[in-house]
Amino acid sequence: MSTPVPIELAVPEPPYRYWRPAVAMVLIGSLITILPVIATIPFLPPFGLLALLAWRLFRSNALPAWAAAPLGLFDDLVSGQPLGSAMLLWSLCLIALDILDTRLVQRDFWQDWLIATAAIALCLALGRVFAGMLPAHVDGPLLVQTAVSGLLFPAMTRLCAWQYRRSAGR
Amino acid sequence: MAPQRDRRPGFSRRAQYGLFLGYVAAAAGALIAAALLLLSTFHPAGFAAARGVVREGTAPVSLGLRHVRDFLASGPAAVAEHFQTASDNRRLLAQRKQDEALVQRARLLVRENARLRRLLEVRELPVEAVATARLVSSSASSTRRYAVLAAGYHQGVRSGQPVRGPEGLLGRVVETSANTARVVLLTDPDSVIPVRRTRDGLPAIASGRGDGFVDVRSANVANAPFLAGDIFVTSGIGGIYPPGIPVARVLQNARDTATSRVFAQPDRSDFALVLRTFLPPLPPPAAFPAPAASPVPAPAPDAVP
Repeated sequence: MSTPVPIELAVPEPPYRYWRPAVAMVLIGSLITILPVIATIPFLPPFGLLALLAWRLFRSNALPAWAAAPLGLFDDLVSGQPLGSAMLLWSLCLIALDILDTRLVQRDFWQDWLIATAAIALCLALGRVFAGMLPAHVDGPLLVQTAVSGLLFPAMTRLCAWQYRRSAGR
Repeated sequence: MAPQRDRRPGFSRRAQYGLFLGYVAAAAGALIAAALLLLSTFHPAGFAAARGVVREGTAPVSLGLRHVRDFLASGPAAVAEHFQTASDNRRLLAQRKQDEALVQRARLLVRENARLRRLLEVRELPVEAVATARLVSSSASSTRRYAVLAAGYHQGVRSGQPVRGPEGLLGRVVETSANTARVVLLTDPDSVIPVRRTRDGLPAIASGRGDGFVDVRSANVANAPFLAGDIFVTSGIGGIYPPGIPVARVLQNARDTATSRVFAQPDRSDFALVLRTFLPPLPPPAAFPAPAASPVPAPAPDAVP
């Protein structure tokens, strides 16, 4: 393991300097759906969204807000949701987080975790509405999916930090 | 965490404009997304080509992973089989002896049935298989229940064709690309399948619930009673699914709407069979015969007799 970079004391880095690992992680997260499993219920957490939120909350200058649109478009192409669903929801998430950054300036990880879980819950619920699945009997699976995604958020943040250190130490 | 101020543009005009343009782009992206969402809500097959391109890339990877998974999963099964072979053999030989009389009777019945059908001049439509392929991946993170089939347009798969597994009906093809297709499973909430009860031929409709089960509701009788264990097969009504493919078994006694477990196990079945659409839509009638055309038009290969 390389020596940790003192993140907050370092010279301000130019914005969006480490976008490559962030984009790569989001794309790989979206591509988790190509695993050879034929699901009968929605059980897989939305890893693409999870990676996006983890990166954005870990480093506010990881990705610009407009990056959510192309990344969401790719997620829609592989996720089975109607095209535009993740594109819209992810864009709204990142814009909302930018607004939140000006209001709630001093945050600790617990608040970030709560924010991420709320965002994931909102995205999953609205994704269901967008897919026209309101009468479907998927309340239970969706709750489980949300809970699992929320529990995976700290691990995803660790992964982001690891990737960040790798890129910064290079 | 201390606030990260490195995104503030400071006094640089260029940085300020850059930040502003970034937000303009983000808002534009959201608006485009909303427009795309509206389009795909009212015309779900609209972006099939884009999805098909991505699927062409991902399906081979999924297929490779599937082979790895099958290889790893086959190890324990092979060991168990090795130790059970002798006892299985004894059991199967005994069962064959028991079933011999039954097979004899079934053979007689088949012959008699064929004779009676000839007498009645019932014409059966052949159920032809188009392609055999694996289901390689699915929309496991979405509320929709789609699967990706590793056969597409080049293998003769067309959108609308029914797909079955060894145990029963799996679903229907909705989109095709060159070598892959997208299948909507029968557990998807948008899937509706006309079925009938094997016991008495009661017509019913099986619609997906989204949680791995289907709802079976009677098609013509109000308050029709369903008993636990009732088996439903496709009826052939509607012309998409050939009749007689097992669909679902009722879980509990119910009236009007019964939650049922589907027979097909898309995750465990090795192969999926794509069938020809049972009754393809009739070609539009020609407005007037062209004089230069041949007098007898060639019959379509799978037209209704």
